[in-house]
Amino acid sequence: MLVAVAVIVALLLSIGLVLLFSARRWTPNEDSVVEQINRILPQTQCGQCDYPGCRPYAEAIASGEADINQCPPGGEAGVKALADLLGREPRPLDTSHGETKPPVVAIIDEDRCIGCKLCIQACPVDAIVGAPKMMHTVIADACTGCELCLPPCPVDCIDLIPRRRPFIWPVKEMDVETGSASKTTQRERDHA
Amino acid sequence: MDLMLIIVSAALVNNFVLIQFLGLCPFLGVSNKLEGAAGMAMATAFVLTLASVASYLLTAWVLAPLGLEYLRIVAFIVVIAALVQLTELLMRHSAPMLHRVLGIYLPLITSNCAVLGVALLNVRAQHSLVESALYGFGAALGFGGVLVLLAAARERLAMADVPESFRGAPIGLVTAGLMALAFMGFAGFAKL
Repeated sequence: MLVAVAVIVALLLSIGLVLLFSARRWTPNEDSVVEQINRILPQTQCGQCDYPGCRPYAEAIASGEADINQCPPGGEAGVKALADLLGREPRPLDTSHGETKPPVVAIIDEDRCIGCKLCIQACPVDAIVGAPKMMHTVIADACTGCELCLPPCPVDCIDLIPRRRPFIWPVKEMDVETGSASKTTQRERDHA
Repeated sequence: MDLMLIIVSAALVNNFVLIQFLGLCPFLGVSNKLEGAAGMAMATAFVLTLASVASYLLTAWVLAPLGLEYLRIVAFIVVIAALVQLTELLMRHSAPMLHRVLGIYLPLITSNCAVLGVALLNVRAQHSLVESALYGFGAALGFGGVLVLLAAARERLAMADVPESFRGAPIGLVTAGLMALAFMGFAGFAKL
Protein backbone atom coordinates (compact mmCIF):
# COMPACT_ATOMS: atom_id res chain seq x y z
CA MET A 1 0.00 0.00 0.00
CA LEU A 2 2.65 2.53 1.10
CA VAL A 3 4.94 1.42 -1.68
CA ALA A 4 2.19 1.90 -4.25
CA VAL A 5 1.46 5.41 -3.02
CA ALA A 6 5.18 6.23 -2.93
CA VAL A 7 5.69 4.95 -6.47
CA ILE A 8 2.80 6.97 -7.90
CA VAL A 9 3.84 10.12 -6.03
CA ALA A 10 7.45 9.73 -7.17
CA LEU A 11 6.30 9.17 -10.75
CA LEU A 12 4.08 12.25 -10.73
CA LEU A 13 6.75 14.34 -9.06
CA SER A 14 9.44 13.43 -11.56
CA ILE A 15 7.08 14.02 -14.50
CA GLY A 16 6.07 17.36 -13.05
CA LEU A 17 9.70 18.40 -12.77
CA VAL A 18 10.49 17.33 -16.33
CA LEU A 19 7.48 19.25 -17.66
CA LEU A 20 8.34 22.27 -15.57
CA PHE A 21 11.79 22.51 -17.06
CA SER A 22 10.55 21.79 -20.58
CA ALA A 23 7.97 24.55 -20.28
CA ARG A 24 10.70 26.95 -19.20
CA ARG A 25 12.98 25.82 -21.99
CA TRP A 26 10.46 25.89 -24.85
CA THR A 27 8.33 28.94 -24.41
CA PRO A 28 5.33 29.12 -26.75
CA ASN A 29 5.99 30.89 -30.00
CA GLU A 30 2.54 32.37 -30.58
CA ASP A 31 3.96 35.61 -31.95
CA SER A 32 4.99 34.03 -35.19
CA VAL A 33 1.35 33.06 -35.86
CA VAL A 34 0.26 36.69 -35.58
CA GLU A 35 3.22 37.67 -37.73
CA GLN A 36 2.28 35.22 -40.49
CA ILE A 37 -1.37 36.28 -40.48
CA ASN A 38 -0.30 39.92 -40.54
CA ARG A 39 1.85 39.27 -43.57
CA ILE A 40 -1.17 38.02 -45.52
CA LEU A 41 -3.36 40.99 -44.60
CA PRO A 42 -3.15 43.84 -47.14
CA GLN A 43 -1.84 46.45 -44.64
CA THR A 44 -4.32 49.08 -45.80
CA GLN A 45 -4.97 49.88 -42.10
CA CYS A 46 -8.49 50.80 -43.22
CA GLY A 47 -10.25 49.50 -40.12
CA GLN A 48 -13.13 47.94 -42.09
CA CYS A 49 -12.67 44.73 -40.11
CA ASP A 50 -13.73 46.66 -36.95
CA TYR A 51 -10.19 46.54 -35.59
CA PRO A 52 -7.95 49.61 -35.54
CA GLY A 53 -5.52 48.16 -38.04
CA CYS A 54 -4.20 45.07 -39.75
CA ARG A 55 -1.99 43.93 -36.89
CA PRO A 56 -4.78 44.13 -34.24
CA TYR A 57 -7.00 42.16 -36.63
CA ALA A 58 -4.22 39.58 -37.05
CA GLU A 59 -4.02 39.26 -33.27
CA ALA A 60 -7.80 38.86 -33.08
CA ILE A 61 -7.72 36.09 -35.70
CA ALA A 62 -4.88 34.35 -33.89
CA SER A 63 -6.76 34.39 -30.60
CA GLY A 64 -9.91 33.13 -32.30
CA GLU A 65 -11.81 36.31 -31.51
CA ALA A 66 -12.38 37.38 -35.13
CA ASP A 67 -13.28 35.38 -38.21
CA ILE A 68 -11.03 35.25 -41.26
CA ASN A 69 -13.52 36.82 -43.68
CA GLN A 70 -13.68 40.38 -42.38
CA CYS A 71 -11.10 42.02 -44.63
CA PRO A 72 -12.64 43.50 -47.80
CA PRO A 73 -9.37 44.87 -49.27
CA GLY A 74 -7.86 41.39 -49.02
CA GLY A 75 -10.83 39.99 -50.93
CA GLU A 76 -11.62 36.34 -51.52
CA ALA A 77 -7.95 35.65 -52.28
CA GLY A 78 -7.01 36.96 -48.84
CA VAL A 79 -9.64 34.81 -47.12
CA LYS A 80 -8.38 31.77 -49.00
CA ALA A 81 -4.75 32.48 -48.06
CA LEU A 82 -5.76 32.81 -44.39
CA ALA A 83 -7.80 29.60 -44.56
CA ASP A 84 -4.81 27.76 -46.03
CA LEU A 85 -2.48 29.13 -43.37
CA LEU A 86 -4.78 28.30 -40.48
CA GLY A 87 -6.06 24.99 -41.85
CA ARG A 88 -9.68 26.14 -41.93
CA GLU A 89 -12.34 25.98 -44.57
CA PRO A 90 -12.41 29.06 -46.80
CA ARG A 91 -15.67 30.98 -46.61
CA PRO A 92 -17.20 33.89 -48.51
CA LEU A 93 -16.19 37.40 -47.54
CA ASP A 94 -18.49 38.94 -44.94
CA THR A 95 -19.87 41.86 -46.96
CA SER A 96 -21.21 43.60 -43.85
CA HIS A 97 -17.64 44.88 -43.49
CA GLY A 98 -17.58 46.25 -47.05
CA GLU A 99 -17.06 45.16 -50.62
CA THR A 100 -13.79 44.45 -52.35
CA LYS A 101 -12.93 47.37 -54.62
CA PRO A 102 -10.25 47.85 -57.23
CA PRO A 103 -7.13 49.49 -55.80
CA VAL A 104 -7.44 53.25 -55.52
CA VAL A 105 -5.27 56.07 -54.33
CA ALA A 106 -6.34 59.34 -52.70
CA ILE A 107 -5.58 62.61 -54.38
CA ILE A 108 -6.03 66.06 -52.90
CA ASP A 109 -7.48 68.82 -55.06
CA GLU A 110 -4.88 71.37 -54.15
CA ASP A 111 -6.94 74.40 -55.18
CA ARG A 112 -9.66 73.58 -52.70
CA CYS A 113 -7.46 72.42 -49.77
CA ILE A 114 -7.56 74.84 -46.85
CA GLY A 115 -4.72 73.23 -44.88
CA CYS A 116 -6.77 72.11 -41.89
CA LYS A 117 -4.58 69.06 -41.14
CA LEU A 118 -7.62 66.90 -40.31
CA CYS A 119 -6.81 64.38 -43.04
CA ILE A 120 -3.22 64.10 -41.81
CA GLN A 121 -4.49 63.03 -38.40
CA ALA A 122 -6.86 60.52 -39.97
CA CYS A 123 -4.30 58.87 -42.24
CA PRO A 124 -3.20 55.56 -40.68
CA VAL A 125 -0.07 55.24 -42.79
CA ASP A 126 1.20 58.85 -42.72
CA ALA A 127 0.83 59.20 -46.47
CA ILE A 128 -0.30 62.84 -46.36
CA VAL A 129 2.16 65.67 -45.90
CA GLY A 130 1.36 69.29 -45.20
CA ALA A 131 1.50 72.05 -42.64
CA PRO A 132 -1.22 74.17 -40.99
CA LYS A 133 -2.80 76.66 -43.43
CA MET A 134 -0.71 75.22 -46.23
CA MET A 135 -1.90 72.96 -48.99
CA HIS A 136 -1.49 69.21 -48.35
CA THR A 137 -0.62 66.45 -50.74
CA VAL A 138 -0.75 62.65 -50.83
CA ILE A 139 2.31 60.50 -51.27
CA ALA A 140 0.81 58.12 -53.80
CA ASP A 141 3.30 55.31 -53.15
CA ALA A 142 2.44 55.21 -49.45
CA CYS A 143 -1.34 55.65 -49.80
CA THR A 144 -3.28 52.44 -49.27
CA GLY A 145 -6.60 53.77 -50.54
CA CYS A 146 -8.30 53.17 -47.20
CA GLU A 147 -10.67 56.16 -47.57
CA LEU A 148 -10.24 57.16 -43.93
CA CYS A 149 -9.23 60.69 -44.94
CA LEU A 150 -12.51 61.36 -46.78
CA PRO A 151 -14.95 61.89 -43.86
CA PRO A 152 -12.85 64.39 -41.85
CA CYS A 153 -12.20 66.73 -44.81
CA PRO A 154 -14.38 69.83 -44.30
CA VAL A 155 -14.22 70.95 -47.92
CA ASP A 156 -14.40 67.56 -49.67
CA CYS A 157 -11.23 68.15 -51.61
CA ILE A 158 -10.02 64.53 -51.53
CA ASP A 159 -10.88 62.19 -54.41
CA LEU A 160 -10.09 58.57 -55.05
CA ILE A 161 -8.62 57.72 -58.42
CA PRO A 162 -7.76 54.25 -59.74
CA ARG A 163 -4.22 53.24 -59.15
CA ARG A 164 -2.17 53.51 -62.30
CA ARG A 165 0.40 50.86 -61.54
CA PRO A 166 -0.15 47.76 -59.42
CA PHE A 167 0.00 48.44 -55.74
CA ILE A 168 2.95 47.07 -53.81
CA TRP A 169 1.93 46.82 -50.20
CA PRO A 170 4.53 48.56 -48.04
CA VAL A 171 4.89 45.69 -45.57
CA LYS A 172 6.13 43.31 -48.21
CA GLU A 173 9.01 45.58 -49.02
CA MET A 174 9.97 45.45 -45.37
CA ASP A 175 10.39 41.73 -44.92
CA VAL A 176 12.93 41.09 -47.59
CA GLU A 177 14.87 38.69 -45.39
CA THR A 178 12.19 36.00 -45.57
CA GLY A 179 12.20 36.08 -49.36
CA SER A 180 8.41 36.10 -49.40
CA ALA A 181 8.30 39.71 -50.45
CA SER A 182 9.55 39.40 -53.99
CA LYS A 183 7.35 36.39 -54.73
CA THR A 184 4.13 38.02 -53.55
CA THR A 185 4.91 41.20 -55.38
CA GLN A 186 5.59 39.21 -58.51
CA ARG A 187 2.25 37.43 -58.15
CA GLU A 188 0.43 40.69 -57.74
CA ARG A 189 2.09 42.04 -60.87
CA ASP A 190 0.96 38.96 -62.76
CA HIS A 191 -2.57 39.56 -61.59
CA ALA A 192 -2.53 43.13 -62.84
CA MET B 1 14.09 -10.93 -39.18
CA ASP B 2 11.82 -11.28 -36.17
CA LEU B 3 12.21 -7.58 -35.47
CA MET B 4 11.30 -6.73 -39.05
CA LEU B 5 8.27 -8.96 -38.62
CA ILE B 6 7.17 -7.00 -35.55
CA ILE B 7 7.15 -3.73 -37.50
CA VAL B 8 5.31 -5.22 -40.48
CA SER B 9 2.84 -6.93 -38.21
CA ALA B 10 2.06 -3.79 -36.23
CA ALA B 11 1.99 -1.51 -39.26
CA LEU B 12 0.12 -3.58 -41.82
CA VAL B 13 -1.18 -6.99 -40.77
CA ASN B 14 -2.59 -5.88 -37.43
CA ASN B 15 -2.95 -2.25 -38.41
CA PHE B 16 -4.09 -0.47 -35.30
CA VAL B 17 -6.70 1.67 -36.97
CA LEU B 18 -8.17 -0.45 -39.72
CA ILE B 19 -7.87 -3.95 -38.27
CA GLN B 20 -7.96 -3.39 -34.51
CA PHE B 21 -10.18 -0.27 -34.51
CA LEU B 22 -7.92 1.64 -32.13
CA GLY B 23 -7.35 5.38 -32.45
CA LEU B 24 -10.32 6.12 -34.68
CA CYS B 25 -10.93 9.58 -33.23
CA PRO B 26 -7.94 11.38 -34.76
CA PHE B 27 -8.14 9.05 -37.78
CA LEU B 28 -11.44 10.66 -38.79
CA GLY B 29 -11.01 13.98 -37.01
CA VAL B 30 -7.74 15.18 -38.50
CA SER B 31 -7.95 13.54 -41.92
CA ASN B 32 -9.68 16.33 -43.83
CA LYS B 33 -6.41 18.10 -44.68
CA LEU B 34 -3.21 16.43 -45.77
CA GLU B 35 -0.91 18.84 -43.92
CA GLY B 36 -2.69 18.45 -40.62
CA ALA B 37 -2.80 14.69 -41.05
CA ALA B 38 0.94 14.53 -41.67
CA GLY B 39 1.58 16.65 -38.58
CA MET B 40 -0.74 14.48 -36.51
CA ALA B 41 0.95 11.35 -37.84
CA MET B 42 4.33 12.64 -36.73
CA ALA B 43 3.11 13.80 -33.32
CA THR B 44 1.41 10.46 -32.68
CA ALA B 45 4.46 8.56 -33.91
CA PHE B 46 6.61 10.48 -31.44
CA VAL B 47 4.24 9.79 -28.56
CA LEU B 48 3.59 6.14 -29.51
CA THR B 49 7.24 5.20 -29.79
CA LEU B 50 8.31 7.01 -26.63
CA ALA B 51 5.27 5.76 -24.71
CA SER B 52 6.01 2.13 -25.54
CA VAL B 53 9.64 2.55 -24.45
CA ALA B 54 8.72 4.46 -21.30
CA SER B 55 5.99 2.02 -20.31
CA TYR B 56 8.39 -0.88 -20.82
CA LEU B 57 11.00 0.74 -18.60
CA LEU B 58 8.38 1.54 -16.02
CA THR B 59 7.15 -2.04 -15.95
CA ALA B 60 10.57 -3.66 -15.95
CA TRP B 61 12.32 -1.36 -13.48
CA VAL B 62 9.62 -0.15 -11.14
CA LEU B 63 6.31 -1.97 -11.26
CA ALA B 64 7.47 -5.58 -11.68
CA PRO B 65 10.28 -5.56 -9.03
CA LEU B 66 7.94 -3.99 -6.47
CA GLY B 67 5.05 -6.27 -7.34
CA LEU B 68 2.85 -3.35 -8.33
CA GLU B 69 1.62 -4.61 -11.71
CA TYR B 70 -1.92 -3.68 -10.72
CA LEU B 71 -0.93 -0.01 -11.01
CA ARG B 72 -0.06 -0.52 -14.66
CA ILE B 73 -2.98 1.38 -16.20
CA VAL B 74 -2.67 4.38 -13.90
CA ALA B 75 1.08 4.58 -14.40
CA PHE B 76 0.85 4.20 -18.19
CA ILE B 77 -1.83 6.86 -18.50
CA VAL B 78 0.26 9.29 -16.47
CA VAL B 79 3.32 8.64 -18.61
CA ILE B 80 1.35 9.02 -21.83
CA ALA B 81 -0.24 12.25 -20.65
CA ALA B 82 3.19 13.62 -19.78
CA LEU B 83 4.55 12.70 -23.20
CA VAL B 84 1.62 14.38 -24.94
CA GLN B 85 2.15 17.47 -22.83
CA LEU B 86 5.80 17.46 -23.82
CA THR B 87 4.88 17.09 -27.50
CA GLU B 88 2.48 19.98 -27.19
CA LEU B 89 5.14 22.17 -25.57
CA LEU B 90 7.62 21.29 -28.30
CA MET B 91 5.10 21.91 -31.05
CA ARG B 92 3.92 25.23 -29.66
CA HIS B 93 7.52 26.31 -29.61
CA SER B 94 8.74 25.06 -32.96
CA ALA B 95 5.60 24.69 -35.12
CA PRO B 96 2.91 27.06 -33.79
CA MET B 97 1.02 26.90 -37.09
CA LEU B 98 0.75 23.12 -36.91
CA HIS B 99 -0.23 23.40 -33.25
CA ARG B 100 -3.11 25.63 -34.31
CA VAL B 101 -4.18 23.33 -37.14
CA LEU B 102 -4.28 20.25 -34.90
CA GLY B 103 -6.23 22.08 -32.21
CA ILE B 104 -8.06 19.85 -29.78
CA TYR B 105 -6.79 16.66 -31.45
CA LEU B 106 -3.28 17.18 -30.13
CA PRO B 107 -4.19 16.85 -26.41
CA LEU B 108 -6.59 14.09 -27.44
CA ILE B 109 -3.57 11.90 -28.23
CA THR B 110 -3.62 11.33 -24.46
CA SER B 111 -6.82 9.39 -24.77
CA ASN B 112 -5.95 7.86 -28.12
CA CYS B 113 -6.61 4.23 -27.34
CA ALA B 114 -3.91 3.16 -29.80
CA VAL B 115 -1.28 4.67 -27.49
CA LEU B 116 -2.44 2.95 -24.32
CA GLY B 117 -3.24 -0.11 -26.44
CA VAL B 118 0.36 -0.42 -27.62
CA ALA B 119 1.67 -0.07 -24.08
CA LEU B 120 -0.67 -2.73 -22.72
CA LEU B 121 -0.22 -5.10 -25.67
CA ASN B 122 3.54 -4.85 -25.18
CA VAL B 123 3.16 -6.08 -21.64
CA ARG B 124 0.79 -8.84 -22.63
CA ALA B 125 3.10 -10.06 -25.41
CA GLN B 126 6.07 -9.84 -22.99
CA HIS B 127 8.13 -7.87 -25.47
CA SER B 128 11.72 -6.89 -24.69
CA LEU B 129 12.84 -3.25 -24.76
CA VAL B 130 13.81 -3.32 -28.44
CA GLU B 131 10.69 -5.26 -29.37
CA SER B 132 8.51 -2.80 -27.47
CA ALA B 133 10.11 0.16 -29.21
CA LEU B 134 9.74 -1.46 -32.63
CA TYR B 135 6.15 -2.48 -31.93
CA GLY B 136 5.35 1.11 -30.96
CA PHE B 137 7.15 2.42 -34.01
CA GLY B 138 5.36 -0.07 -36.27
CA ALA B 139 2.02 0.91 -34.80
CA ALA B 140 2.93 4.57 -35.41
CA LEU B 141 3.86 3.78 -39.02
CA GLY B 142 0.56 2.00 -39.55
CA PHE B 143 -1.46 4.73 -37.87
CA GLY B 144 0.33 7.58 -39.66
CA GLY B 145 0.26 5.75 -42.97
CA VAL B 146 -3.48 5.17 -43.04
CA LEU B 147 -4.13 8.65 -41.63
CA VAL B 148 -2.18 10.27 -44.46
CA LEU B 149 -3.77 7.96 -47.04
CA LEU B 150 -7.28 8.78 -45.83
CA ALA B 151 -6.46 12.49 -45.74
CA ALA B 152 -5.24 12.34 -49.34
CA ALA B 153 -8.41 10.51 -50.38
CA ARG B 154 -10.65 12.95 -48.52
CA GLU B 155 -8.88 15.94 -50.04
CA ARG B 156 -9.75 14.58 -53.46
CA LEU B 157 -13.28 13.75 -52.32
CA ALA B 158 -13.75 17.39 -51.33
CA MET B 159 -13.45 18.23 -55.03
CA ALA B 160 -15.46 15.25 -56.25
CA ASP B 161 -19.13 15.24 -57.13
CA VAL B 162 -20.36 13.38 -54.05
CA PRO B 163 -24.14 12.82 -53.69
CA GLU B 164 -25.46 15.37 -51.24
CA SER B 165 -26.57 12.91 -48.57
CA PHE B 166 -23.07 11.38 -48.52
CA ARG B 167 -21.13 14.60 -48.10
CA GLY B 168 -18.95 15.14 -45.03
CA ALA B 169 -18.72 12.44 -42.40
CA PRO B 170 -20.61 9.65 -44.28
CA ILE B 171 -18.29 9.59 -47.27
CA GLY B 172 -15.32 9.78 -44.88
CA LEU B 173 -16.53 6.71 -43.03
CA VAL B 174 -17.31 4.87 -46.27
CA THR B 175 -13.79 5.63 -47.49
CA ALA B 176 -12.32 4.39 -44.20
CA GLY B 177 -14.43 1.23 -44.58
CA LEU B 178 -13.10 0.60 -48.08
CA MET B 179 -9.55 1.08 -46.77
CA ALA B 180 -10.24 -1.47 -44.02
CA LEU B 181 -11.47 -3.84 -46.72
CA ALA B 182 -8.19 -3.38 -48.58
CA PHE B 183 -6.19 -3.96 -45.39
CA MET B 184 -7.98 -7.28 -44.85
CA GLY B 185 -5.78 -8.43 -47.72
CA PHE B 186 -2.83 -8.43 -45.29
CA ALA B 187 -4.61 -10.85 -42.94
CA GLY B 188 -2.59 -14.01 -42.29
CA PHE B 189 0.49 -12.39 -43.84
CA ALA B 190 2.41 -12.60 -40.58
CA LYS B 191 1.26 -13.79 -37.23
CA LEU B 192 2.10 -12.13 -33.97
